Amino acid sequence: MKNLKKYLNWKLVYFLLAIMIVPKPAFAMHIMEGFLPVEWAIFWWAVSIPFLVIGFRSIRKTIIENPEAKMMLGLSGAFAFVLSALKIPSVTGSCSHPTGVGLGTVLFGPMAMSVVGFIVLLFQALLLAHGGLTTLGANTVSMAIVGPLIAYGVYKGSTKMGLSFSWAVFLAAALGDLGTYVVTSIQLALAFPSDVGGFFASFTKFSGIFAITQIPLAISEGILTVVIMNFLQKYNLAELKALKVFKKGAEQQ
Amino acid sequence: MKKNLLLIALVIILAVLPLFFQKGAEFGGSDDQAEAEITKIDSSYHPWFSNIWEPPSGEIESLLFSLQAAIGAGFIGYFIGLSRGKSKKDDNKEGKGKHVTY
Repeated sequence: MKNLKKYLNWKLVYFLLAIMIVPKPAFAMHIMEGFLPVEWAIFWWAVSIPFLVIGFRSIRKTIIENPEAKMMLGLSGAFAFVLSALKIPSVTGSCSHPTGVGLGTVLFGPMAMSVVGFIVLLFQALLLAHGGLTTLGANTVSMAIVGPLIAYGVYKGSTKMGLSFSWAVFLAAALGDLGTYVVTSIQLALAFPSDVGGFFASFTKFSGIFAITQIPLAISEGILTVVIMNFLQKYNLAELKALKVFKKGAEQQ
Repeated sequence: MKKNLLLIALVIILAVLPLFFQKGAEFGGSDDQAEAEITKIDSSYHPWFSNIWEPPSGEIESLLFSLQAAIGAGFIGYFIGLSRGKSKKDDNKEGKGKHVTY
């Protein structure tokens, strides 16, 4: 009897939630190979290249000033590697994956992550047929350039507002993740404006589909980034200080 | 580190809950659905370039994805072990040093 009651309750909860969150086809990953018209593919490549050059220089500078940081850079890359390989189910009934660039952004700044993100995307495009070479420029702009820029802005803004280091890291990683997919839908909406309503109609459509999918994943990414940061604060405080992660005594709670 | 375990549990819950809420859903990835969405807006569009190489099967694709995760996780594990070891060693040295001076 007790079991039956429990079962019924679950059914009820399930139906309520199913009504609230109707499964929609979601697409919330990188833009697939060949799915951007040629002129847009070239445009986004052109946008991404200067950032990659600046990013490469920024990394070289950091490593010359601070050779110990190589391991931390490896960690940032590894973190992005793991997170972007994890396709996680979401409330919309489809899967997407986090980006993992928030950690490196807080450690090395947004420019360095353009190179790291680019490498992850290249790996996925070549070996996994996930994303693609023609869309690599566009995907680099969303995941490796704008995502980190948003994360960096959020991190700086929230530490200035007096939020704790952990909260600043959480918000930076989560919003950077979410921002990446907003940019992806802008890119798609620009390339495929709707006949009725143009860019904005398409943008609402694309972003409406992915935003809900991405929210829980963005939260997960924020939490995981905080976990790694907690660890770094405990065992690698000297390196964090050398990278000037903390400004004006913002460290710890 | 108890807080970290709690945070990780939270992530797992976030990932598992949708499986219960959306029992009928396919949990598919993006590609096909995106294609449908784009053709809905512009039915004349055809991808003009395809992947140079595609994993021959879903199994091989998941192999490569797990390889990607394993490489990353392996490095993170190595890094964590290394820094823990280092900090332990430093602690021991400091501890001993203090002991001698007092």
